Amino acid sequence: MDATPLLSVENLAVRFPGARNWFGRVTSEVHAVNNVDLVVLPGESLGIVGESGCGKSTLVQAVIGLVAPTSGRVVVEGHDFAATSGRQKTQIRQKMQIVFQDPQSSLDPRLPVWRLITEPLHIRGGMSAAALRTRARELAVSVGLRSEHLDRLAHEFSGGQRQRIAIARALSTDPELLILDEPTSALDVSVQAQIINLLLKLQRELGLSYLFISHDVSLVRHFCDRVAVMYLGQIVETGPSSAVFDHPAHPYTQTLLASVPSLQNSLQEIDASLTGELPNNRRLPTGCYYRERCLVSSAGCEKLQDLATVASIGHDVKTPNEAGISDHMVRCHVGVTAALRLEHLA
Amino acid sequence: MTMTVPGERSLTALAMLRSRLHFLWYLTRRSPLTVVGFLIILLVIIMVIGAPLIAPYDPNKVMLSSRLLPPSSIHWFGTDEVGRDLFSRVVYGSRASCGAAFMIVFISMSVGVFLGCLSGVVGGMFDSAMMRTMDVVLALPALVLAMALAAALGPSLFNSMLAVAIVRIPAYVRLSRGQTLSLRERIFVKASRTFGASNLYILRWHLLPNALSPLIVQATLDLGGIVLIAAALSFIGLGAQPPTAEWGALVSSGRSFILDQWWYGTFPGLAILVTAMGCNLLGDGIRDMLDPRLGPSE
Repeated sequence: MDATPLLSVENLAVRFPGARNWFGRVTSEVHAVNNVDLVVLPGESLGIVGESGCGKSTLVQAVIGLVAPTSGRVVVEGHDFAATSGRQKTQIRQKMQIVFQDPQSSLDPRLPVWRLITEPLHIRGGMSAAALRTRARELAVSVGLRSEHLDRLAHEFSGGQRQRIAIARALSTDPELLILDEPTSALDVSVQAQIINLLLKLQRELGLSYLFISHDVSLVRHFCDRVAVMYLGQIVETGPSSAVFDHPAHPYTQTLLASVPSLQNSLQEIDASLTGELPNNRRLPTGCYYRERCLVSSAGCEKLQDLATVASIGHDVKTPNEAGISDHMVRCHVGVTAALRLEHLA
Repeated sequence: MTMTVPGERSLTALAMLRSRLHFLWYLTRRSPLTVVGFLIILLVIIMVIGAPLIAPYDPNKVMLSSRLLPPSSIHWFGTDEVGRDLFSRVVYGSRASCGAAFMIVFISMSVGVFLGCLSGVVGGMFDSAMMRTMDVVLALPALVLAMALAAALGPSLFNSMLAVAIVRIPAYVRLSRGQTLSLRERIFVKASRTFGASNLYILRWHLLPNALSPLIVQATLDLGGIVLIAAALSFIGLGAQPPTAEWGALVSSGRSFILDQWWYGTFPGLAILVTAMGCNLLGDGIRDMLDPRLGPSE
């Protein structure tokens, strides 16, 4: 496996002006993303989970360049995305493509499918209409659409087919990384499975990397090699999917997993009072961000927590990794020791 | 693979033609009024283009021997006080009346859409200044501005057209600015940005095509009102000057004969009425038609 990361997000922070005073000066800020570090290696899937409003979508928008980061860098194959321009920026753009949540609104209602699929190529320029059509046909077939669909408009398709169009569009420039911003949450459950299987198939065939954003914990567990759990714009736990989901070390991850309904975990038993709500992100909590909702908060929680490698308790699946990228890490001084996890298992 | 492309394309073109025809039939059943409006406008356009072929007489030829004749098989709409054939004058009058209306809509729409899109894309101080200016223009009544222009530059059809066009600009500025602002935030525009699209590309391929349908509807609906305004300006003497045949001017000169020679003012008036109605019917129909969710597949 290539050791250089395809995408690395370094200390990324995004803040929006929340309110302005009479003179237009910003009086409060919304802290959407707080110092996030991420690495996506070639060929792997990194999942980002977290509840609504935790900053997942802002993170994605900052990575793809739709939102200017307040601080930090997005580095694609060794190039700082924001600092490059011209031809180099065009080249970097080809490597990284995005599939949005709602295919209904991410496809222009007035363009035929072949134009939608080849839009990134059309913007890049230098291809004739016939060449674009040929490419569109190849891409359409590869995502399971038929060539007679090419002249139709997006509204003539079902949600699943529209998402296939969006995926074909993202694939048009032969990218190495696809950013999937909740690609299935707008779809029916049966269609979700088809799209997920399509994505897995494409990953096998093309060696793609995925940055997969979702609030669906079971989907991420099934789909991703590694996972990062976000809370209030911060990554609180990261590691191989199996380690994080089977042996969650952060109290928030444990609450998140406990709130997923399953056969073992019926809806009546999920205690809503435990889960609570996200605190206001206008004024960040001091110390550990999760302190106010945490069940195990104790002395030391008033200090800002750092990500630390979780002590192994024997049955963690250790994957071979480079420079600690795949380590199971947690931002909690309680969870970092084995005690909390053993308690969770019991 | 490339060999199959031409054949398949002509096949899809045929299918598209069939679906278009089917759509027309569907439209006729669903909203016959649109088709009526369409036919009226078609008739008016034929009249404007083919005036010399349709009109049986020279519209300005004076025949003092046949003054104020009632409608007959020789003079369909009768004649005026100097013996000119009214049918020919109404047919030729369509050129002045509808030509003026088209020009007004064209000028105000192109200027308005340009300013509106610019305002929406640039934003900030420019946007505020533009919108306040448009508020001022919006406060000007068309007739008063036309009178002022006529006083300053002399009464002519062009000056009154200019006045109406200026007054109509704010509607297009506001509409296209609003469209630009809302479309800019749509995800497909954002997606296009992530593919590296420039402002110009987004304007050409996403903003304009999606903003166009409300603009076309607005323009078609406006056309009806503007036919009326242009006629009104000529009626009070600010527009077309004699001996030019123009519907408003014809109604105006027919006014003095309305009690004894009813046909003089009636037929040009009917022409105005029918044209304005046709524009409105067609505008309503186009609004339904241009909504992409009301396509032939449904």
